[in-house]
Amino acid sequence: MAATHVPQPDLPPPIISVGVIGWMRRNLFSSLPNTALTLFALYLLWLLIPPAIQWALIDADWSGTGREDCTGGGACWVFVQVRFYQFMYGFYPEAESWRVNLAFGLLIALAVPLFIRAFRWKGWLSAFLLLGYPVLAYYLFHGGSFGLELVETDQWGGLLLTLVLAGVGIVAALPIGVVLALGRRSQMPIVKALSIAFIEFWRGVPLITVLFMSSVMLPLFLPEGVNFDKLLRALIGIIMFQSAYMAEVVRGGLQAIPKGQYEAAAALGLGYWRTMALVVLPQALKLVIPGIVNTFIALFKDTTLVLIIGLFDLLAIIQLALADPKWLGFSVEGYVFTAAVFWIFCFSMSRYSQALERRLHTGHAR
Amino acid sequence: MNQETAHGTPGMTISDEVMIEMRQVHKWYGQFHVLKDINLTVNKGERIVICGPSGSGKSTLIRCINRLEEHQTGQIIVDGVELTGDIKHIEKIRREVGMVFQQFNLFPHLTVLENCALAPLWVRKMPRRDAEHIAMQYLERVKIPEQALKYPGQLSGGQQQRVAIARSLCMNPRIMLFDEPTSALDPEMIKEVLDVMIELAESGMTMICVTHEMGFAKTVANRVIFMDGGEIIEQNAPEEFFNNPQSDRTKLFLSQILDH
Repeated sequence: MAATHVPQPDLPPPIISVGVIGWMRRNLFSSLPNTALTLFALYLLWLLIPPAIQWALIDADWSGTGREDCTGGGACWVFVQVRFYQFMYGFYPEAESWRVNLAFGLLIALAVPLFIRAFRWKGWLSAFLLLGYPVLAYYLFHGGSFGLELVETDQWGGLLLTLVLAGVGIVAALPIGVVLALGRRSQMPIVKALSIAFIEFWRGVPLITVLFMSSVMLPLFLPEGVNFDKLLRALIGIIMFQSAYMAEVVRGGLQAIPKGQYEAAAALGLGYWRTMALVVLPQALKLVIPGIVNTFIALFKDTTLVLIIGLFDLLAIIQLALADPKWLGFSVEGYVFTAAVFWIFCFSMSRYSQALERRLHTGHAR
Repeated sequence: MNQETAHGTPGMTISDEVMIEMRQVHKWYGQFHVLKDINLTVNKGERIVICGPSGSGKSTLIRCINRLEEHQTGQIIVDGVELTGDIKHIEKIRREVGMVFQQFNLFPHLTVLENCALAPLWVRKMPRRDAEHIAMQYLERVKIPEQALKYPGQLSGGQQQRVAIARSLCMNPRIMLFDEPTSALDPEMIKEVLDVMIELAESGMTMICVTHEMGFAKTVANRVIFMDGGEIIEQNAPEEFFNNPQSDRTKLFLSQILDH
């Protein structure tokens, strides 16, 4: 007769080392070469960080009105503070800047509910943000109607211009990229050929030449008097360029979806577009979130190239300010400030994408 | 495994109505001739098991029925509609033919309930509440209603395959195709899936099943087809097929699978 089996109890693992000390022992000081590297890295940090903090924060001058207020020997943030409006809004008339503030405030207020899980009208809100809001924002920025004073697009500049270029570019490049990726994988020869031609053309030329050609060459081909708005030209160039990159990123995701998913959807009677929208794209896009956000971040920084066609984004405005004879010699502060602003935006996008990836893994065995 | 044959259960009657007809069907993959002169008639209520060595074209044959594969010559007529390149015919047929895959192919980003309700919602255009109601009914029928809000990745293989069966049934198909449904499962889970398939057969569903489960064939099938090298070598009622195989190749195959 068999003896009754009593399962062994679960035991806790042995305590090797716990807490911070344990982590340090395992990761920083686990072997002689590692210990040497750790000490060298600490030495480098000691060389670089305290002087940087000394310059940027401790000896810095924060407030004042002119060059003469920079006496501390450290960073002269007075420069940034004095020219701050211009860095943010470019040449936008100060009296009308409330319109810009209103538009961005509205964007943030409308976007907040999208992050709240319990909110039930996300579909409608997203549709409005994608289709209605841009029209609203355009009229607020541009004016010329509804009693608002006209502010031409040449006057938009600084961070305002960077956000407009990046925002419109990002929102347009993703859907166009998805369509191109689907087109490239299509069985229809004409669609496939056109998609490939588009992608390979726009990926093959540098963005700077695209902007240059759109600004200099396009007017040569247009009839006399027809003037295409410069910002619009830059936007179209950026959108075309980034959609080509986005298409390849999305195509990578589409390729990774097992054939069985397509077959199961087909066997259920779902047509091509329903299969893509309900089954394939949700999975594919989720897979390539890192690639998509990468493209977005690159787009954000590529907007600085519009300087060559005479649009003054954040970087260009700061370079312009640095050329001002009153403020010669403060280029370090200017570029550090630019870098900090770009870094804040890009890092936020990066963190958001990681949070998104974590959230979308719910329930999936991976 | 229930060894008693289920033949004679009231639901399992075979009518004269022809559900699937394949006439002189040939298929090539490039130069490779994978289906050779297939002639097959399936009546309503029949439960057909197709067996044979790998590479014999069994899966290809049933995948031609719902146009997951294209045949080059011959005719395939499903439920009165001929399968051609016409997408409207294809979609019409796919609405009436359900398919269960060896790899389950559940949609991992949707819950079990959403997986099942997807097709009624988007293909039959039902309101969401009705689609979910139907989905729950079939999930109860395959005996896993409590898993409705879980994701496929959280279920065992046997449970996933049962969800896949329920998902196909939610479209109320007239024919069910099974492509080696238990081949990817651990042995303990094979029984739960076969039980669902037996219950389905007893309720009168027309089924074509590619499988290596000969016990299932003996219990439920009214016809067993043996394929090798792209041809149908032999087809017969199960007792005749297993006890009195006619062709040498059939005998060889049976000796390999039944005697180990």
